[in-house]
Amino acid sequence: MILIRDGAIAHDDYCALADDAPLPTSGNFIVSLERWLSEHEPLRASAAANIGIRLPNTADLADVWPLIADRPLIELQFPAFGDGRAYSQARLLRERYRYPGEIRASGVAVTIDQVREMYRCGINAFVLRQDQDPQRFITEWVRAREILWYQTSPGAAESVMMRRRSR
Amino acid sequence: MYQYDAYDQRLVDQRVEQFRDQTRRFLAGELSEDEFRSLRLRNGLYIQRFAPMLRVSIPYGLLSARQMRMLAHIARTYDKGYGHFTTRQNIQFNWPRLEQVPDILADLASVQMHAIQTSGNCIRNITTDHLAGVAHDELVDPRPYCEITRQWATFHPEFNWLPRKFKIAFSSSTTDRAATRVHDIGVHIVRSTTGELGYEIYVGGGLGRMPMLAHKIRDFLPEAQLLSYLEAILRVYNRLGRRDNIHRARIKILVKDLGPAKFTQMVEHEWSQIDRTALDLQPQDLERMKAHFTAPAYRHDAASDRSFDAAVAADRAFAAFVKRNVRPHRMPGYKIVFVSLKAPGVAPGDITAEQMDLVADLAERYSFGEIRSTHDQNLVLADVEQKDVFTVWQALRNAGLATPNIGLLTDLICCPGLDFCSLANAGSIGVAAEINDRFDSLDHLYDIGEIKLKMSGCMNGCGHHSVGHIGILGVDKKGEEWYQVTLGGSAENDASLGDRTGPSFSRAEIADAIERIIEVYLEHRRDEEETFLQCYRRIGMAPFKARLYSEEVAA
Repeated sequence: MILIRDGAIAHDDYCALADDAPLPTSGNFIVSLERWLSEHEPLRASAAANIGIRLPNTADLADVWPLIADRPLIELQFPAFGDGRAYSQARLLRERYRYPGEIRASGVAVTIDQVREMYRCGINAFVLRQDQDPQRFITEWVRAREILWYQTSPGAAESVMMRRRSR
Repeated sequence: MYQYDAYDQRLVDQRVEQFRDQTRRFLAGELSEDEFRSLRLRNGLYIQRFAPMLRVSIPYGLLSARQMRMLAHIARTYDKGYGHFTTRQNIQFNWPRLEQVPDILADLASVQMHAIQTSGNCIRNITTDHLAGVAHDELVDPRPYCEITRQWATFHPEFNWLPRKFKIAFSSSTTDRAATRVHDIGVHIVRSTTGELGYEIYVGGGLGRMPMLAHKIRDFLPEAQLLSYLEAILRVYNRLGRRDNIHRARIKILVKDLGPAKFTQMVEHEWSQIDRTALDLQPQDLERMKAHFTAPAYRHDAASDRSFDAAVAADRAFAAFVKRNVRPHRMPGYKIVFVSLKAPGVAPGDITAEQMDLVADLAERYSFGEIRSTHDQNLVLADVEQKDVFTVWQALRNAGLATPNIGLLTDLICCPGLDFCSLANAGSIGVAAEINDRFDSLDHLYDIGEIKLKMSGCMNGCGHHSVGHIGILGVDKKGEEWYQVTLGGSAENDASLGDRTGPSFSRAEIADAIERIIEVYLEHRRDEEETFLQCYRRIGMAPFKARLYSEEVAA
């Protein structure tokens, strides 16, 4: 698996922790939301350095946000090429909850054909699908920063409407 | 009309470039069939029964003469010399070659056109009244709001991968000519009791296999807050709309499953939390947009013309055209002229490249260079001086574009059907032609009057059969084409869904069945003033059922 973080190939410093795996003794892990909800106290007390959350795309942030707000990483899932639910989660995390940590996309839609929308919704790290060329993906990521959008986006270049207003 | 600035142009150019690369990768085997499918659909490209089909966007049905000439050029250069106007005010080309589609999109971009989001599970073309800006019963011109919404919806990063397609329509007039209540969102522009502009919001209408009328979820939304409210609706839908069953994925199912009250509450709750600072329209945004849709330079002495009335009195064929295809304009001395794309023997909505060029010429010379497409698959020259109507009629008639049948039975709307569409069960165009032949003369004899016959070749309902006064739906039974008939549908203010007559009819019986329905109407109507729909609502289904099923239908 290749990880692109903020436009560069990055060493993936997190491992997935299976729901039935014992509590970690060191390192960075990503756990399922389900496990986090049932075991956040022992997990917080464990020797793991950092623990991120893998959020199902059906999770309602209004419910779970208070429990994950202090996490350094949230992984959003794109289980099918046409399943866009996590786009709303990404935008809510960045805009409504002002989440400052890493938002990581995983799943079969993480391709050069969707990086523009993912970037614009506030996703900054990408677990590339196996068949994707990382250099080409980075080129598209750079492109996503340069192109124009009608819509506003937190932390990204301003929208066409805002540009028109300031003219 | 709206003119692109450098930003709009760059956005469209960006997309042409992106799609060119996607097409190249697909042809090189680097992009799977499935993924290319959902990407090409977002650029209007279907792979149909015989060839690709490209659907070009005509935002809210408004075209310039220059754009129409480009459509003619595309029909000639990349297609077989014609195009097909759809029930969403767009145009389709049925024979382009896949490899050439990026070039077609580049040609379109050169005249501020595109095929963006004309298909796929995303926000589709925004539609409105084809008489916007010239209608008598209009509160304000809805097109600035449509354009604002079009821009917001174009490449929306959050809403490009919805559970299913999503259609938004605007109406700003007493008579709803945009069928807003059968859209995913219908927006009615209204004035509050205190005189402020704003919107009534309807959600959850739709046709297809489970036709439903939209529910009103908000009585009054202030003018500036349109986009944040749309965003709240779309976000609730994107998160909660069903994705496990394509037939239950439209927002109408979500509204139905949750119940309109609960759905409304969820939208309002979402909306209350949206940061509106970036989304609310500022006065300058609205002013800028409204400035694109100002009235043309009408001549103030246009009403002094006497030749129009004289020509109506002198020429019966012209008088018939005026009666059926010309509507009053709110400016004295001007007329609204309908160009009929329902000539006998021609598939509804079809138009040749030569006809497109002619309409472009007429628009340029007589109607301030603009053309509208209607959701009934006709065209409109909206600002013709009355002294020129006769000349325009002659030119249209010579080109087969002046059939005096707007609003009549032979002005039926119809999907492309089995002849082109891979989804269809039925050859809608053939049936349309047969009905057209049969009623062309009958219309003249009995003055059947206003009646909307709508036909779809399959459950997807592209021909809007559920809201036809008479609806026909093609169904497949063991490999044979059968036709289900509904009566009493309407897409206007009194919106209703048609009732099924009973068992369906075979291909051989369908034209007879329609004729019997018309006979029952002619026998029962109070007078020529009572329309088919009014008559049906008064007498109900029973007399129609009796005639259709008690006797052998096939002669």
